[in-house]
Amino acid sequence: MSKQINVALIGNPNTGKTSVFNALTGLNQKVGNYPGITVEKKEGICKLPRGVKAHIIDLPGTYSLNASSLDENVVIELLLNKNDKDFPDVAVVVSDVENLKRNLLLFTQIKDLEIPTLLVINMADRMEYKGISLDIEYLEEHLQTKIALISTRKKQGIDNLKQLIANYKDLSITPCLNASEIDKNYFDSLRKAFPNQLLYKLWLVITQDVNFGKTDRKTIDAVADFKTKSNTDLKRLQQKETIKRYQFINNVLKKGQNIDVSQAKDLRTKLDRVITHKIWGYLIFFAILLLIFQAIYDWSSVPMDYIDSTFASLSEWIKMNLPEGTFTNLLSEGIIPGLGGIVIFIPQIAFLFLFISILEESGYMSRVVFLMDRVMRRFGLSGKSVVPLISGTACAIPAIMATRNIESWKERLITILVTPFTTCSARLPVYLIIISLVIPKGRFLGLSYQALTLMLLYLIGFSAAVGSAYILNKILKIKSRSFFVVEMPNYKLPLFKNVALTVIEKTKSFIFGAGKIILAISILLWVLASYGPGDNFNNAEEIITSQHRDTPLNDDELQQKIASYKLEHSFIGLTGRAIEPAIRPLGYDWKIGIAIVSSFAAREVFVGTLATIYSVGSDDEATIKNRMAAEVNPILGGPLFTFASGISLLLFYAFAMQCMSTLAIVKRETNSWKWPILQLVIMSGFAYVVALMAFQFLK
Amino acid sequence: MQDTLANIKRGEKYIITDVSASQIPLKLLEMGCLPGNEVELVQVAPFQDPLYLNINGSHLAIRKETAIHILIEKINE
Repeated sequence: MSKQINVALIGNPNTGKTSVFNALTGLNQKVGNYPGITVEKKEGICKLPRGVKAHIIDLPGTYSLNASSLDENVVIELLLNKNDKDFPDVAVVVSDVENLKRNLLLFTQIKDLEIPTLLVINMADRMEYKGISLDIEYLEEHLQTKIALISTRKKQGIDNLKQLIANYKDLSITPCLNASEIDKNYFDSLRKAFPNQLLYKLWLVITQDVNFGKTDRKTIDAVADFKTKSNTDLKRLQQKETIKRYQFINNVLKKGQNIDVSQAKDLRTKLDRVITHKIWGYLIFFAILLLIFQAIYDWSSVPMDYIDSTFASLSEWIKMNLPEGTFTNLLSEGIIPGLGGIVIFIPQIAFLFLFISILEESGYMSRVVFLMDRVMRRFGLSGKSVVPLISGTACAIPAIMATRNIESWKERLITILVTPFTTCSARLPVYLIIISLVIPKGRFLGLSYQALTLMLLYLIGFSAAVGSAYILNKILKIKSRSFFVVEMPNYKLPLFKNVALTVIEKTKSFIFGAGKIILAISILLWVLASYGPGDNFNNAEEIITSQHRDTPLNDDELQQKIASYKLEHSFIGLTGRAIEPAIRPLGYDWKIGIAIVSSFAAREVFVGTLATIYSVGSDDEATIKNRMAAEVNPILGGPLFTFASGISLLLFYAFAMQCMSTLAIVKRETNSWKWPILQLVIMSGFAYVVALMAFQFLK
Repeated sequence: MQDTLANIKRGEKYIITDVSASQIPLKLLEMGCLPGNEVELVQVAPFQDPLYLNINGSHLAIRKETAIHILIEKINE
């Protein structure tokens, strides 16, 4: 077996750390989760010179080892735990040449843990543009490290970096700052109490509220003659530590770095004048939103239709070519459509992440956060909540994953909880068919009533999200400092490789994460719809055939009648009947009830379920529509889909939490069943009440 | 003349004179918001909040509620 070394990539956000990771590992990477928490863990393999293999782990971006979020905790937990299987043989600190001073803060901290540390200075191609020159030899000498000056954009210096990683044993482990300089008396007593421990490591254990396998912390608390300081004192010392570190860095950079301001070009300020302008800024943002919607609805409809028909014909093919039986039915009616239900979302999710990663890579997203913060704060949200709320109009699943960079847990939780109110694309088919049934064709000021209704539904979704955020903000008693510090990175042209890898990786994580659940639910639904208790279900064929002995029916019609009778007496049909009393006040019959129940797997199932129930052979919407229009209300008489029941149904779908995959993601992101269950109960309960009032008021 | 960072004006250069460390996140100090460093206003968001600043070469946005805990002084050129 060849030797494998552990390499940890560490760096501030926006330094191109992920580009370095991608340059080193290419497609040899996998993304998972750290056990028990939802922080992404990115690992990859890189071949180094002389046959050495490196296992590279891309740690979450952090500004320092003083963690303020789950993601950042991961970094110190790894660096302080020598027994972790991923504990690095060498730490590679990635910095950005334009922000070297700030980036070096983290470098000095890691160096003080006495881990062999290598410094990467990325974005070297920007040096001339910004009038920066570096004395690498001087810096290497005074920072006591090796420096790799690279440009991932121009693909320069990567081989040199690999060489330096392979030679990690030559790196010095002398610390940059003598920890006891922070507070001599305090650190002397600390040293006395724990003579065998590294001082800076002890200091981190004391100041950080993270889990270090407990023993470390306990040993410190257990020593009687050593008094831990109050939190205010500790914070004052942390501040002192930061100042000391900057003094050290300033001294080194004074000679090692030269910035000729007259040479520097400042495109950023000019762009920001327009992009964050109080009028232009919003207009540009609005235009970008329109473009994204257009792309998600329009461009993705082509591949989605293709996927839809491919899976339909695959089902058909299996039915025709495999021997008849339960297994074939399960395959063609349960598993294949279930898989189709997962795959069909890929185009939208891929497009959405394409746009989001371009906006993020280019640096534009920080500007949106900056522009929207004041507005969102009124509702207990953060400027950073804008991204999930926008993404939610495509699909709540990636939207909820996009809340991760909100530091305040309260703001993040509220965002997760309200995002499912935004009108996701799965509601669209339901809206479209019901609107065309119950809203008249007329026009108002040149706009059709139907289009206005659709727009209104989008507005209702947003208002529900923002309104419930406002309420949650008032009632949730979560202590969480909502400080807001956003780095405004430089504008950059997105790197194709980074964007492509993000899209691939997010799409994959959707398919394997949420996909499993969608598949399981569709198999369950199939079983419930295909089996039923008692004679009515088992003898459906004879019953229907004997009923229609006198009336001539062709084969197709007869088969449809049988299928529909079977469904009515299947487990799901019986469920529909059982819940009928509960939904009758809303103006629905048991068939709509079944469609609603099956919609809990995924909303767009609604149309398909009704299509089956109304025994329409084809999926053609015009025929479903005609069938629906012809349905008669069993109690009141007259058409089932009236203005009142239609509006009631629209409002029900606008508010109800009917998406298993979203619930699964909320569970994953909040690490508790409490929040998804609350979401399910409150949203659906609210939907019920509103739909009830709408029907009773309008009928 | 001392003032808080919340009242910073565009087009002027300032120097940070004091920060009340207990009131602001450590992260901000780590990004260079320390006494002695230069600060400039790049842009203000609509409704005058948050502020987009250039502190010691770091570009960042903070809310006014944080900015009032940082004291600054104008540099006369």
